[in-house]
Amino acid sequence: MLDDTIAAIATPLAEGGIGIVRISGPQAIDIAEKVFIPVSNSLWRKQKYKLVYGHVVDNRTGKIIDEVLLSNMPGPKSYTREDVVEINCHGGPVPLRKTLELILGAGARLAEPGEFSKRAFLNGRLDLTRAEAIIDIIRATTEDALQLAVSQLSGRLAQEVDAILNELLSVVVLVEAAIDFPEDEVEDYSPERINERLGKVSAKAQSLIDSAEMGKVYREGLRTVIIGKPNVGKSSLLNVLLREKRAIVTEVPGTTRDIIEEILNLGGVPVVLIDTAGIRKTGDAVEKIGVARSLESIDRADLVLMVVDASTELDSEDEEIIDLVKNKRGVLVLNKIDLEAGSAVKNKNQLTFKLPHWPMVEISALLEQGIKKLEQTVVELVTGGQVLPRDGVMVSNVRHRNQLVKAKEHLREAQEAINLGLTPELVVIDIRAAWEAVGEINGSVITEDIVDKIFADFCIGK
Amino acid sequence: MEYLAGNYDVIVVGAGHAGCEAGLAAARLGMKTLLLTISMENIAMMPCNPAMGGPAKGQLIREIDALGGEIGINTDRSAIQMRMLNTAKGPAVQALRAQADKNLYHVNMKWTLENQPKLDVKQVMAERIIVEAGKVKGVVGSTGALFTAPAVIITTGTFLRGRIVIGDLAYSGGPNGQFPSVKLAESLQDLGFSLGRFKTGTPARVDRRSIDFSQTSIQPGDKETLNFSFTTNICDREQIPCWLTYSNDKTHAVIKENLHRSPLYSGFIQGTGPRYCPSIEDKVVRFADKPAHQVFIEPEGSKTNEMYVQGMSTSLPEDVQLRMLRTLPGLEKVEIVRPGYAIEYDYVIPSQLSLDLQTKAVAGLFTAGQINGTSGYEEAAAQGIMASINAVRYLKGEPPFIISRSEGYIGVLIDDLVTKGVTEPYRLLTSRAEYRLMLRHDNADMRMTEKGYQLGLVTPERFQNFIDKKAAVQQEKNRLDQTNVVVSPELKKILDRKSSSPVRDGTSLSTLLKRPEIEYRDLLELPLEHPPVDSEVAEEVEIEIKYDGYIKKQNAQIKKFEKMEGIKLAPDIDYHQVRGLAAEAVHKLAQIKPLSIGQASRISGVNPADISVLMIYLEQEKRKNREILNGK
Repeated sequence: MLDDTIAAIATPLAEGGIGIVRISGPQAIDIAEKVFIPVSNSLWRKQKYKLVYGHVVDNRTGKIIDEVLLSNMPGPKSYTREDVVEINCHGGPVPLRKTLELILGAGARLAEPGEFSKRAFLNGRLDLTRAEAIIDIIRATTEDALQLAVSQLSGRLAQEVDAILNELLSVVVLVEAAIDFPEDEVEDYSPERINERLGKVSAKAQSLIDSAEMGKVYREGLRTVIIGKPNVGKSSLLNVLLREKRAIVTEVPGTTRDIIEEILNLGGVPVVLIDTAGIRKTGDAVEKIGVARSLESIDRADLVLMVVDASTELDSEDEEIIDLVKNKRGVLVLNKIDLEAGSAVKNKNQLTFKLPHWPMVEISALLEQGIKKLEQTVVELVTGGQVLPRDGVMVSNVRHRNQLVKAKEHLREAQEAINLGLTPELVVIDIRAAWEAVGEINGSVITEDIVDKIFADFCIGK
Repeated sequence: MEYLAGNYDVIVVGAGHAGCEAGLAAARLGMKTLLLTISMENIAMMPCNPAMGGPAKGQLIREIDALGGEIGINTDRSAIQMRMLNTAKGPAVQALRAQADKNLYHVNMKWTLENQPKLDVKQVMAERIIVEAGKVKGVVGSTGALFTAPAVIITTGTFLRGRIVIGDLAYSGGPNGQFPSVKLAESLQDLGFSLGRFKTGTPARVDRRSIDFSQTSIQPGDKETLNFSFTTNICDREQIPCWLTYSNDKTHAVIKENLHRSPLYSGFIQGTGPRYCPSIEDKVVRFADKPAHQVFIEPEGSKTNEMYVQGMSTSLPEDVQLRMLRTLPGLEKVEIVRPGYAIEYDYVIPSQLSLDLQTKAVAGLFTAGQINGTSGYEEAAAQGIMASINAVRYLKGEPPFIISRSEGYIGVLIDDLVTKGVTEPYRLLTSRAEYRLMLRHDNADMRMTEKGYQLGLVTPERFQNFIDKKAAVQQEKNRLDQTNVVVSPELKKILDRKSSSPVRDGTSLSTLLKRPEIEYRDLLELPLEHPPVDSEVAEEVEIEIKYDGYIKKQNAQIKKFEKMEGIKLAPDIDYHQVRGLAAEAVHKLAQIKPLSIGQASRISGVNPADISVLMIYLEQEKRKNREILNGK
């Protein structure tokens, strides 16, 4: 446990553009060398406790991922008393994640919550008084991480992972049953058929990995629709976000009739902002079309920013809109807190009740207050994986992706073993390893599953 | 009236497969040992199938043998058929399986026991365990005989509150018409032990003369004479075949029509049965779309006409059993000698044991075998020898002898029992072993002989033979590494025959042997000097070279595993006082009292964060102790 090399993003995600990836363990420097190319000083390994300027490069493609500063802190004079390398990334969450992925690909293991501190303590770097604090970190972050993992593993991704797990388990069981019950009537070990099944699983895993690498959000932007009844300040918000006035803002309800799309960069995440006509019961034909298009926009959106006037009570129009969006992911934006009536935010409790899973941000579009907080909230939703693109599954969690990459490598080895004509007891070693790797995504696999499934699938009992 | 009947170092209660190993091991380790049995006629009885070994179980026998146990030798002496199973599936999962002559097995084992110095065997039904101040003191039998000993091993199998069920007929009893052991179960409960209830079953025995074997297919043994024990030299053995037939829709119809008379389905049987050994009524219900089930007809011995109907385990009423059997091809006129039955029995919930099989509640009291919730003769024997070794070490004040999961199936078995517990009669499977590739039939001696020698169970002669074999393996491996091939017509012939790609001059023999299609015996055709190599040595060399890559990988995993096993947890840790552990983890850790971080991590309900917390706790304690030592 203490002799492998671990890595993780050591700064909270999505707070500004800078983040640090920390690597600790005996392989830290070797691993860093595989992803980092210094600009001038090629002997950076000897430059201890200094910042070295260079690039993180994807070796496979030769592509520069980020411009970074690296510091090399050999043990025992480091935080964990092991060899530590820290890479300061500047490009925002996306390059930060990519850098971590490359480091994991180069042989590091993703650190458990609180693991750096744990190592620091176990290696005598931190004194006894810190022990309790570290235990608190481990407990708290583990529970957070668990919750996050569960929330990120919802819907179709969870289904895909389950499907892969089930298929792998069923292949493992086929081989294991034939081994443990040679005289029972279990299906014969057929390398060809198993090879074919592994090929299919492998392709499935690859498509999930691809989804992580070129996630739709990063490729096409996060479709974010701004919605609310007329005159709550949707266009003002859009303008503030874009820092320039593009939509027409008037005091007359219903002036924004066209749907305006704008692309902006929020902390490294491309966001397609869609401003809609205020939804309102109307007889005006032109406005009717606008409303219809708004409804369509909601349907197609990845994320909804619902703007509510904090200075007034909720009315039936607000509630109708809530009904339209309640099944979407979104952020509640309480605007106009600059107004005297708005500062009280009378409708907060009601809104929390109606949209319990939505984070709430108080802003004043007019005074540009709370905008940073809103941007952060959106970024967190995306990088935390809470927002999945509308269609298709996306792997957004580094740990998930990493496990899938591992699984695929094991599947490749299993197929190679089959092609070499190796015996089933060897082939199944890698199939089991792949199954366990995918299983770590939802933490669900145990050996007993194999035994259970053997007895469920086959009539054993010579 | 109680009277003092004798003083011993070790008492073993029960002379089944666990008890025989336990009695022999303690006596061989120099202890004055007493072995108690309900009936001298049923020592080493095989109440279920007449077979030993198979996947995982065969490896287990080899391990017990290499440690200095008896099961391998006794099987070799009593076998009427031997087969190597799984030969096409790889060297690690190959396993030897014997058909044993049940009576011979009993007679041979009884004779061995009777001639073992320092071992007394007595026909006594043990009824009460005497405990004073948390330590075991002895055993009282049904006649009032009191035997004292500071270490007692209970190996009573399925006898605790045994209940036999055949259809709607039920009576108290042990297997095969034996007495049950009721008072001993009460004694264990009085001592505070929790007991669970399991069920197992067995098929009818039928008369060989009433079977038309022409309607069945023959299942012969291997031509080559094989043995379990590394010390057995039997090279000629009569091989008696088994026979195979199948159930059919008529069989299934009889069963379905009479399900209401099955105690399994009427709720008459409460205990949990094993899924790997279901009754035929279970198979027909659970796999309703299967048109036929295999039925093996196996001889119970060479001097009996009783045949075991493997695959037809049942607790249906006797009249249904007969009708059901007579639907099988070849068994149309079959006569039942003894009907099949189910047996329900109490077992000691094994989380009450430590890894040395000693009960946590009573010092010096050990339990081994089916009483711990396992099934199988081999699983029982393994626990018997381990409990006995540890009872002796306990008496000598030595640390427990524990085999780890990476060293042997014995380790997998005992760790599973104690750490994970059981939900059905536990059977060892190769798929339960994480490091299966290392736990092979062929290298059991490499893994266990030295341990057995250090313990005192393996004789110096045998140990010397083992050392010689080890040296021969190394020598031959070196030779293959250092000898290069020369391109020759003989080589070309081999490569062509195996459709293997050409090799260059200077390729070593071991590199050539690494190719999946090339075998060790192929190398012997090359025009080179071939020093004579024993076949066992050759096998070992071939496997070690061929699977070198996988073996290295598994060794790397084992290193990691051992690191965690090496971080010890004291048995007296008060987990309630460890800050930051989850409530479930506290409960489980306090109950199981794991000996290492590794063992703790295998307890269900103890998650990785709890393990981190434990490691920090250990470091805290270490530093506090250092501070105390430094006089702070």
